[in-house]
Amino acid sequence: MSVFKDAGHLFRFAGLFVIAFIVFLVIRGYVVPKTFGKYGHYRAAAIGEIAAHPIKYAGHQACESCHTDIVTVKQKGMHAHVNCEACHGALAAHANDPTSVQPAKLDTATLCIRCHSASAARPKDFPQVDAAEHSNGVPCETCHNPHSPAIDAGGAK
Amino acid sequence: MNITRRQLLILLPAAAVAWESVLAATPESSPNYNMTDHWWGMLIDIPKCIGCGNCVRACATENDVPEGHFRTWVERYHVSDWNLTNPEVISPDGGKEGFPAVKDDPDGKYFFVPKLCNQCADSPCTQVCPVGATFISPDGVVLIDQKYCLGCAYCVQACPYGCRYIHPEKKVADKCTLCYHRITKGLTTACCENCPTGARQLVDLKNPKDPIHEFLKTHSVQVLKPQMATGAKVFYNALDGSVR
Repeated sequence: MSVFKDAGHLFRFAGLFVIAFIVFLVIRGYVVPKTFGKYGHYRAAAIGEIAAHPIKYAGHQACESCHTDIVTVKQKGMHAHVNCEACHGALAAHANDPTSVQPAKLDTATLCIRCHSASAARPKDFPQVDAAEHSNGVPCETCHNPHSPAIDAGGAK
Repeated sequence: MNITRRQLLILLPAAAVAWESVLAATPESSPNYNMTDHWWGMLIDIPKCIGCGNCVRACATENDVPEGHFRTWVERYHVSDWNLTNPEVISPDGGKEGFPAVKDDPDGKYFFVPKLCNQCADSPCTQVCPVGATFISPDGVVLIDQKYCLGCAYCVQACPYGCRYIHPEKKVADKCTLCYHRITKGLTTACCENCPTGARQLVDLKNPKDPIHEFLKTHSVQVLKPQMATGAKVFYNALDGSVR
């Protein structure tokens, strides 16, 4: 007799392996997300999902397309490169619907001080004041136009 | 034009493959954005930072960052003349509400260091993820697939810059996305948009017209922990040697 007389056992076993492998492939096909592995070892669709997150800050380009008068005032002054929402807050909702969403009125007493309160930790060439000594409680906008704050540059009210 | 059934059967799959490749490179929400045209990073100009905390607040608003966690934060360094390698570092509430004032004539020097995810080109955090939930996008931003993340926090441990945290409600890893939802629409990041002094600037290294190229040639620029070879893409101008 041949040494392969019991080979049938092996074939049946091999058959089981083949079936198990097919089952594995089918399950894998269902479980692994469709875009997984497109660019690397991750789900490519996640990129689009992250990019779809809503925007809260409209960006200064959006503000400037309507508020051209403010742009003109700002261009001359020290705050030319301070973007609108740095002081006015997140206003994408206002940019999308300018009539029904109105920005809140700002409180210059806290706002100006955030950047301009005197501290030896700030860079030396950055304009800083001791608020109590500088204005004694008089609101900043009494003398300074926040959009162009220098008094002698024609920016004052 | 006459097409036989045979030709149609060949053409249909070919057209399907072609259409798939057209869709492939574009995230759905920004149809004019091509990932292969960009390689994002950020420039932080230390001498310009005034420690106002605008970036921290803007980031929290834009990205719904949970209270007590930070995608970006600002540290204030105090380096004494007598101990240059052991700076005193503070970051009260991430610098969100600014920093306590310092009286004149301080001992040594003070400066602010804004920190955020360094968007490493060879990031340790993406290498340790067991499920492929965090990755470097084709335009060089380290992102997290929060639907796929298990919340095992390996990446939180792996990040040498401490930029990751586990979101307290979602129970998955969270971090700076470099405002991916903004930069893919042609806007800058929330922190850069709201920095009043231009101390933070979004840079696109693949854009030959980006001023970063000239800046890198003419300034003394470093990345954080260069010895770790992370390929960090957040560039610090005039960074003090005491910063870690």
